[in-house]
Amino acid sequence: MAFAAFSSSNPKVAAGPVKSSKIVLALLLPGMLYLAMFFLVPLVSLLITSLETPSATGAYGMYDYGFDVSSYIDVTTRYLPQILRSFGYAFAATFFALIISYPLAYFVGVRLRPRPLIQKLTLTLVIAPFFISFLLRTIAWKQLLSDDSAILNFLRSIHLWGDQQYFLGTPGAVIWGLTYNFIPFMTLPLYTSLERLDLRLLEAASDLYASPAAIFRKVTLPLTMPGVISGTLLTFIPITGDYVNASRDFLGSSKTSMIGNMVEADFLQNADYPAASALSAVLMAVILVMVAVYVKRTGTEDLL
Amino acid sequence: MAKEFIAAGADLELRGIRKEFPGFTAIENLDLHIPAGEFFALLGPSGCGKTTTLRIVAGLEEPTSGQVLIGGVDETYVKPHERPVNTVFQSYALFPHMTILENVAFGLRRRKVADPLPKAMDALNLVELGHIAERRPQQLSGGQQQRVALARALVNRPSLLLLDEPLGALDLKLRRQMQIELKAIQMEVGLTFLHVTHDQEEAMDMADTVAVMNKGQIEQMGAPEALYERPRTSFVAKFLGQSNIFVGQVAETSANSLSIDVAGSKISVPKNRAEKQDGKIAIGVRPEKAHFHREAPKPDANLNILGPGEIKDIRFTGVSNQYLIEIPNVGDVIVFAQNVGISPVVELGEKVWVSFKVEHAFGLADLPAGDEQ
Repeated sequence: MAFAAFSSSNPKVAAGPVKSSKIVLALLLPGMLYLAMFFLVPLVSLLITSLETPSATGAYGMYDYGFDVSSYIDVTTRYLPQILRSFGYAFAATFFALIISYPLAYFVGVRLRPRPLIQKLTLTLVIAPFFISFLLRTIAWKQLLSDDSAILNFLRSIHLWGDQQYFLGTPGAVIWGLTYNFIPFMTLPLYTSLERLDLRLLEAASDLYASPAAIFRKVTLPLTMPGVISGTLLTFIPITGDYVNASRDFLGSSKTSMIGNMVEADFLQNADYPAASALSAVLMAVILVMVAVYVKRTGTEDLL
Repeated sequence: MAKEFIAAGADLELRGIRKEFPGFTAIENLDLHIPAGEFFALLGPSGCGKTTTLRIVAGLEEPTSGQVLIGGVDETYVKPHERPVNTVFQSYALFPHMTILENVAFGLRRRKVADPLPKAMDALNLVELGHIAERRPQQLSGGQQQRVALARALVNRPSLLLLDEPLGALDLKLRRQMQIELKAIQMEVGLTFLHVTHDQEEAMDMADTVAVMNKGQIEQMGAPEALYERPRTSFVAKFLGQSNIFVGQVAETSANSLSIDVAGSKISVPKNRAEKQDGKIAIGVRPEKAHFHREAPKPDANLNILGPGEIKDIRFTGVSNQYLIEIPNVGDVIVFAQNVGISPVVELGEKVWVSFKVEHAFGLADLPAGDEQ
């Protein structure tokens, strides 16, 4: 539902010729089956698991079916710091990704328009990191940002960084990694919006006494809002659930754990499946509500 | 209501404008003066530099050299948003994310003019679109969008209003209607209009002064009637309406006229209507001022007679027929004849003579392409 924001087409589509033939149904069937098998069934299974109670036999990792909401109460109190931290990191990383990506996407999508070859090449460079596993790239950052790395030593030598100060394992390092890993998801939708921006509208605005700053505020930004919304959703949603960057094996520490790390721990180490499921369900519900409010408030129906 | 928009238009002066783009020169050396309050049309084929000229006046392009003066103030390097100029763009360029009213109020808001919305509403009423103020541009027809674009420019009461082929996207009937409305609005508000177009009928219909532009230069400038009656160059003669052009050496000169010899026929032009008086010259006549005859007309000093030739083509255009007559050694001559009786009056292949009055001929300053030596 909230993903209607991703569609750039006019929502008021004229009713075309309606022809519900059997072929159409047949073509839809594989997709519907796929959704049912790999989305609906796991979702229901997740919700059922989250409501299970510990086994009456007391066996470790065994649970009985039930309607026990105590897991929900348990995780929202026990993991409140992680929940708040996840959304805090996600807000920060999404914000940084946006302010880095917008100028980049503007440059590629608008300024490089007269040179299509360089434009496509630059765009490829934006996507290029995708060709390497993000685990490898995150480990590379771990090396680059480690305590006796060349970067930190250089910063220490020019007294921009304290001798005893470290970076790895701090919230800064996690946000750094999240921003870095999700920038392409922000840049590409922004680029798509900016590449279609009608530059004649910008000329018209400057003809109508708009300064460059006013042109950006009143014309460029409103017209590229669909890209901003898609980009922020595509980064914000996966970042809140991310558990790689924040894990102590990569850029984080025990002080930077996010929801994903707790789900992982409860599921794989503590065998507390109801808690892991409840936490996942809570995360999903919060994101759904936030996205719904966000899309509603930014009102995409105004944007063409 | 319309009083709101009455503004003293400013005059525009272009001095030695030259504009080079990588690989070609769009404007060679342009000097132009448009008096305040005039409806001025810049007419030319696509690629002649007329839109570039307009963009330089608007500030969207900088000239390579030369000066732009608006109301006597040098505005050559002033940014577009600081110029007292507004443009009606060919694409209209209405903001799709704003209502019609907000589109019109845009310029007022940027300049922090008091009461932008009531003023925008007045401008919309001027173009008779007040009732759709809350709609979006994409819900409007082409003609309505064009009028919104006009209101959006007019509401700012610019010293100079630029129109970049604003009627180009409209169908013929709507275009004629908009021409009348545009002219009426210009007379009502008294602004200086600079209208760029490739439609010669539109230019002649609306403008006080027409400048015909070709290859980055102005070929001729003047009132539409004067330009049509006395085109100075073969380009103007052919671009502004149609012309029959005959080329020959000056053979005879009398007190009031001079004559050239074209394949044995004598074609005369009054001396005061000839740009060039000797050597090889071109003499033209408009197709509607030429007539054809089934029998050879009597020789007459006031009549140029050509022929006999053969009717090669007849094109029915409604009010008139357009006859193409091939005269041996002279070439094709076009004659327009009004369909006042039963048309056509002659059949294809018929033998006819062509005549036109000496006083209707005009002598050109140059020779048509292909006849230069």
